[in-house]
This record gives sequence, structure tokens and C-alpha cells, in this order.
Amino acid sequence: MGRAGGEDHLTVPSATLLGQSVLSGVFIGALYGLLGLGLSLSWGMLRQVNLAHFALAFLGAYVTFQLAAVAKVDPFVTLAITAPAFFGLGMALHWFFLRFSVTLLNTLLVTFGITSIFEAGIQWYWTADFHRMESAYAAVRWKLGPLFLSLTDLVTLGFALALALGTWAVLRFTDLGKAIRATTEDAPIAAAFGVNEKLLGYLVSGLAAAVAAVAGLCLALNHTLAPVQIYAWMGVVFAAVMMGGLGRPIGPLVAGIVIGVSEAITMAVTNPTWAPLVSFSLLIAILLFRPARFS
Amino acid sequence: MKTALAVGGIVLCAVPFVGLPAFYESFLYLLLSAIVLATSWNLLSGYSGYFSFGHGAFFGVGVYTTAAHAGQLGWNFLWTLPLAALTATVLGVALGAVVFRVRALRGELFALLTLAITFVMSTIALNAVDGGPGIMMNVDMPKLAPTASGVLYLLILAAAALTLWTAYAMYHSRFGTGLFAIHDDEDVAEVMGVPTYRFKLAAFAISCALAGLAGGIHAVFVSYVTVAETFSIALAVNVVLMSALGGTRHWLGPAVGAVAITLLLYAFTSGQAAVIGRALTGLILIVVIVAMPAGILGEILKRFRTKQAPARPVVRDFVSANAKQESGEPLLVVRGVAKAFKGVQALGGVDLEVRRGEILGLVGPNGSGKSTLINVVSGHYAVDGGSIRFEGEELVGMPAHRIARAGIARTYQIPRPFPQMTVLQNVALPPMFGQVVMDRASAEEEAWRWLAFTGLEAKAHRLPSDLNLHERKFLELARALASRPKLLFLDEVLSGLTPVEMDGALRLIRAIRGQGATIVFVEHVMRAVMELTDRVVVLTYGKTIASGAPQEVMRDPQVVGAYLGAAHA
Repeated sequence: MGRAGGEDHLTVPSATLLGQSVLSGVFIGALYGLLGLGLSLSWGMLRQVNLAHFALAFLGAYVTFQLAAVAKVDPFVTLAITAPAFFGLGMALHWFFLRFSVTLLNTLLVTFGITSIFEAGIQWYWTADFHRMESAYAAVRWKLGPLFLSLTDLVTLGFALALALGTWAVLRFTDLGKAIRATTEDAPIAAAFGVNEKLLGYLVSGLAAAVAAVAGLCLALNHTLAPVQIYAWMGVVFAAVMMGGLGRPIGPLVAGIVIGVSEAITMAVTNPTWAPLVSFSLLIAILLFRPARFS
Repeated sequence: MKTALAVGGIVLCAVPFVGLPAFYESFLYLLLSAIVLATSWNLLSGYSGYFSFGHGAFFGVGVYTTAAHAGQLGWNFLWTLPLAALTATVLGVALGAVVFRVRALRGELFALLTLAITFVMSTIALNAVDGGPGIMMNVDMPKLAPTASGVLYLLILAAAALTLWTAYAMYHSRFGTGLFAIHDDEDVAEVMGVPTYRFKLAAFAISCALAGLAGGIHAVFVSYVTVAETFSIALAVNVVLMSALGGTRHWLGPAVGAVAITLLLYAFTSGQAAVIGRALTGLILIVVIVAMPAGILGEILKRFRTKQAPARPVVRDFVSANAKQESGEPLLVVRGVAKAFKGVQALGGVDLEVRRGEILGLVGPNGSGKSTLINVVSGHYAVDGGSIRFEGEELVGMPAHRIARAGIARTYQIPRPFPQMTVLQNVALPPMFGQVVMDRASAEEEAWRWLAFTGLEAKAHRLPSDLNLHERKFLELARALASRPKLLFLDEVLSGLTPVEMDGALRLIRAIRGQGATIVFVEHVMRAVMELTDRVVVLTYGKTIASGAPQEVMRDPQVVGAYLGAAHA
């Protein structure tokens, strides 16, 4: 994202450029997957479509940026503050939804409203200008044959893989995971078998928000920040979630990487500004040719 | 009322000719533009419940259509307006044709896809039309008013009048009633005869056309068109907020909200205040959704309605719809129908015949496939194989609403009334979409008749949530009867009723038979089955194992075995 210029006609890129594109596509896809993980969990398990997840991730990114730039805190250390704080925010949001018994579609509207408030708050404090976090990590890069690898990209991929696989393993192999899956299938029945579904709901909601804090860190490490960008990520990440499957930790990551690589190749072959069309086209194609995926 | 409307219209039309400062024209323009956008959004999203976050995209497509043709190619500005509406419609219909076919997650999927379309359209506009710097709008204004801003004001006034009239007409028509039914329970609406796919697509098309028209006018209003200003998410948020605030279930609600929000945002226009305005809109949206779901207008009307005495027209003599039917010949013939759910064979080749004029008892243990059979015949599920012929016509592959129109009705075991419609509106829906299409007035007259028949007259203006289980079961019955079906499926209407209530229900069913309707009676209460039915068919594990006169079938050792287990002698 963000490379300007280019020509309108198709160009055949060199093998090196293509390789670098695919690599950058994998890394951006990892971030899509990381953002999608929390969404997929709260949508699939709590029946909440949480648009505010993006606002939360950006808030995390800005807080990381602020602490690193002003207080000179190491970006990774900021997670110790943002992750627990966001866990609390996630629980508060879940409490709000329970308290007012908000329906699925209305969670979308309410979190849309929350996103507007967060966006306005971010713009008020940090202005509408672009910000870029300066950190020592950004300079660490390796040359791998003709291709470049940067530390911050690898960190994003590492976080995305670790959290997706970890969540998958917990859901698959532990009693806690079994209880969460049972609650997803049929909450009242699970409760009748002694599952504390209320507590689980708070736990899942808190964890999803804490993952947003991690995604925020990765955003701050790799990308320039501006309040309007909150909305720009929504379409792509939701496409990854819907393609990857609701309530599945690994699906959005795989789908995210597919989208990321497709976007990167599109940018290399055509004009970079066409990239936003890729995820949408993929989603429409799935709706047209594999509608059973959604029923 | 009519004179007030006429006077108001003349005053509004006269505004550009009395020499007010241009500010007033511009302000009124913004107010009317908001009314057009909010009201047009509501035509699909408020009426049918499919929330679109992409209204800004359709508006933007209108802006860019006019900008490209009038601004760049020099077309006559007025001629570009229908084109702007058409382009937005084509886009909406293309999107709707894909997404409205999906059966699961449909509301969320639609909301998120329309959110994404805003970015898609801004990408296309940026790359294919704009080229980056934006488009300067130097157009010749038609000489409709002394000033250019006056002309734009008159155009948007006309658009607002058209939009409000459309909203009003739809609200009071079959079309609108069908959309409200889709909002409440889309599957039931389809089974009651509402062509849901077509209605959603048509409502979306109209909604997009009006947004595109407003966009076309706006292109000249802003005089310099850029992608960043045109395709903004803020517009989508504001439009949703205006409608929710005013009330989405009334045609005038969004206009009320549009006036309120436009005045509010006007107070926060400059600099840092704009940020506060955006936060405030977000906050109001949350509060309205949580605390005032009916909106300002909805709340006012609610007060007004409770004071209103329920009107009850004189019910004319009961006329039997289906002239005494020739009994005996097969009405419904089911052959080898199979249906599996993820490997569970719910129906494994069912053969069944329903003869005209009879009451056929369909019995079997729980899970034997009785309800699945009803769902398959009524078109809710597609079959995996076999044939279902009704009056000689093949039903397999036919959409559910056409099966309803052919004269098949059903009740639901667990009542599924449209929760936000009154009892009367619930019962009046099927006649509007039945074999003989009725307008709303005659459908309500018909509904009164069936409310009298089921003894629900006193509750006509209540919501279904005010009824007890017994009354809700009768509401199911009245709703199924109101379409005057040739074939009626009763799915466990007696379950959960007390013995006294059950006697009442039995009397009712006998009365229905008295009018010559053919009934398939699915029931566990054997007393009722033995008493009411002419023939009985027994289903186990998705197969028919016996059929014949009730007394004989119940003695069949296979049937006894299915219910009680095989005897070990």
C-alpha cells in the first residue's frame, strides 16, 4: 500500500520484483490475518460483528507510537500496557452488549458508532496528519539472495502465526477450548452441562481485543498512521474473515495471505492504485462460484 | 391536509424567486439532499432490514457520472442526471444479484460488502475517471431560476419530492408490506408468497437510483469534484444515523432524522468542532440503537396508536373460498422424495398422496421427517431427488413464494409470527401474496374475517409478543387460512395446548374441513388424529411404512413397532 505512480498498461515485472512482491504480500497478509483473528473469534463465537476492532488496533498503534516517540519506551514493551488495557476494554464492550442485549446486526451499528468516536478522538489528539514511528528495529534488514527481509515484517508474521496456531491449539486440544466450542454451538445447552458461558464470553471478548493490541503494535512498526486509514482496512480484513471462515483462527490468516499476495502481484503487474479491488473481487468470485461456503 | 401540502409546496418552490441571500438556498439544499439520501437508504435498509453501509458509493457514482459527462465531455447537465441514477442502479443491481442469493449470514454479508464497495468505487473513480487532481465543473445551468444556486435548489427539491412520494407509495403498497415481512422473518415471508429476492433487488435498485440522482445534482453543487470528498464513509454513517434517529419503520422517519442531524452538524462545521460533531454522531448512533430502536417518529406514533380505539369493520358473511371440492382425485403426489442434511438422511424416498377434500394424518415418531417433508413441499428446502406434483404441476425447483401462490399454506410448529407487525397485519399479509393478489384494503377485510373465525378479533391491533401460546397457535392458523389455500399443512397445532384449548382447536379444524379445504394434519396427539382424519400415513426414518384408514393403520404391527419397539414374544 502507498506506492504512488506507475503506468496504466500491464507490465511484465522481473523475477526479482515479482519475488519481492510475493514476499511483501505474505507479510501484509499476515497483518490481515492478525486483524482478522480477533474479528473471526468475536463474530463466530460471540455473534458480534465488531467494527470497532479496527479502531482499537489503531488506538493501540498510536499509543505504541506515542510511548516510543515521547517516553522512549521500547515498542515491544508497550504491549505490557496495551494488551491488558485492551483486554479490559474488550470485556467492557461485551458487558455493554449483554447489558442491552444487542442483536447481531445492531452490534455492527453500535461498533460503527464506537469507531466514529475513536476516530474523532484519535484525530483530536494526534491530528489528521500521517505519523510514522521511528524505531531501531525498522533499520534491521537482511539480504537473502536478491530479496530483502526486514525484522519488523518477520515480527508481524511471527505474531500472526503464533497467535493463530496457539488459538487453534487451545480450541482443539484443551478443555477450555472444548467449552468455548460447545458454547458456540449451543450456549444454553453448554450452560446446562456446567459451562460458565458468561465468563467464557468475557474471556473471548477480552482476548480478541488483546489481539488488537498486538495488531496495533505491528501496524505501528510497519505502516504510517492516519485516522482515516481505520476504514481502509475494514473491507480487506473482513474479506479475509469471510473467506477464511467464522470462529476459525487459521482460516483468516491463510485467506489474508492469499489476498495479500494477490494484491502485491496486482500492484506489480498493473497500477498500484488498483490494489483495493483485489480482495473485493475475490470475495465476489467466491459468492458467485462457491455460495455453499456461506450457507 | 391536501391544501397544507399544496401551500407548503408552493412556498418551497417560490424560495429562489424572492431574492433571499444565497446562503438560505444552500442551506435548504443541504437539508433536502440529506432527506433524499436518508429516505432513499431507508427504502431498502429500513423497510427490509438489509443495512447498507455503501450509500456513499452509490451517491458517489452519481457524482462521478455527472462529473465525467457534464464536466469533462460537456454534455447537458440535466441529461446526465437520469444517467447518474441509471449508473448507480446498475451497480446496485449487480451487487444485489450476487449477494441477495446467499441464505446464511445475509444481513451481515450485505452490510460488509456494501462497506467495501465504497472503496472499490473510489478506486475505480480515481483510476478510470478522475486521474488524480479532480474534476472542475464548468457547466451551463438550465435557466429555471434567477441564480445557479436557485436552480440546484429546485432540482434537489424535485428529487426530495420524488423520493418522499416513492417512500410513501411503497410504504402503503404490497411491495412495502412484503419488505417489512422480509425484515421480520425472511424465510416465513417467502413461504407466505412474498417474492423476497425480487423485492429486495427492486428496493435496492430504487434506493440506488435516488442516491445516484442526488449525487448527480451534488456534482454541480460542489463545483469541484474529488475522490476524497465524494466517497466518504462519513456519509454512510450519517445516513444510517438519520434514519435510525427518525425511525426506520416509517416512510417519513428518515426525513425527520435528516433535518435533526443536518441542523446538529451545521452547529459543528468549522475546524476542530467538526471532529466533535463526528464523535457526537457516533455517540447518538449508539444511544439511539440501544435506547430508542423505534426512533423519534416511531416513539411518537407509539403513543398516538395506544390512544387510538381499534377500528373493527363489519365482517360480511363468511363465504367459502374453495367451492365444494370434488373429493377423491389426487391433489398432491409425492414420489421418491429424498433430503439429507450433512449425511443424515431426513427423507429417504418418501411416497405420499393427498386426495382432494380429505384430512390426511401424517404421524411418526420424533425425527421421522414429518417437518422436513413440510419444509420440502413448501419449498423452504430444496430436495435431493424425487418429484412433488401439485394439481399436476411439478413443485421441485420452484421457489417457495410460487408454491404459496399455487395454493399451499402451512403453519409452524413453533409459531413464527412477524414480530413487529400487529396481529391484523400478520394475517393480512398472505392474502396480498396468495392465489388471488389482493390490495391492502381487501386483504385487511379478509384478515378480519379470519380473526373472527379464530376468535382473535380483540387482539387485532396487538403485537404477537402480547399473545399467549394458545393465541399464537391460532394466529398461525388464521395466517395460513387467510390465503385460502387449496392444501393446508398443519404442523403440530395442538402441541402445548391444555385439553380445553385443544377442544377449541379441534372445533376450528373441523370447521375448516367443513369449507372443503384439503388438510395434511401432522400431530402426536392420537385422540385428535383418530377423530379428525380420513386417512393416516406413518413415517419412520424418512420412509412411509403404512397408510390407510386410521383404525387399521394403528393396528399394523410395523407401526406399533415403530412407536413402541418390536415385541419380543
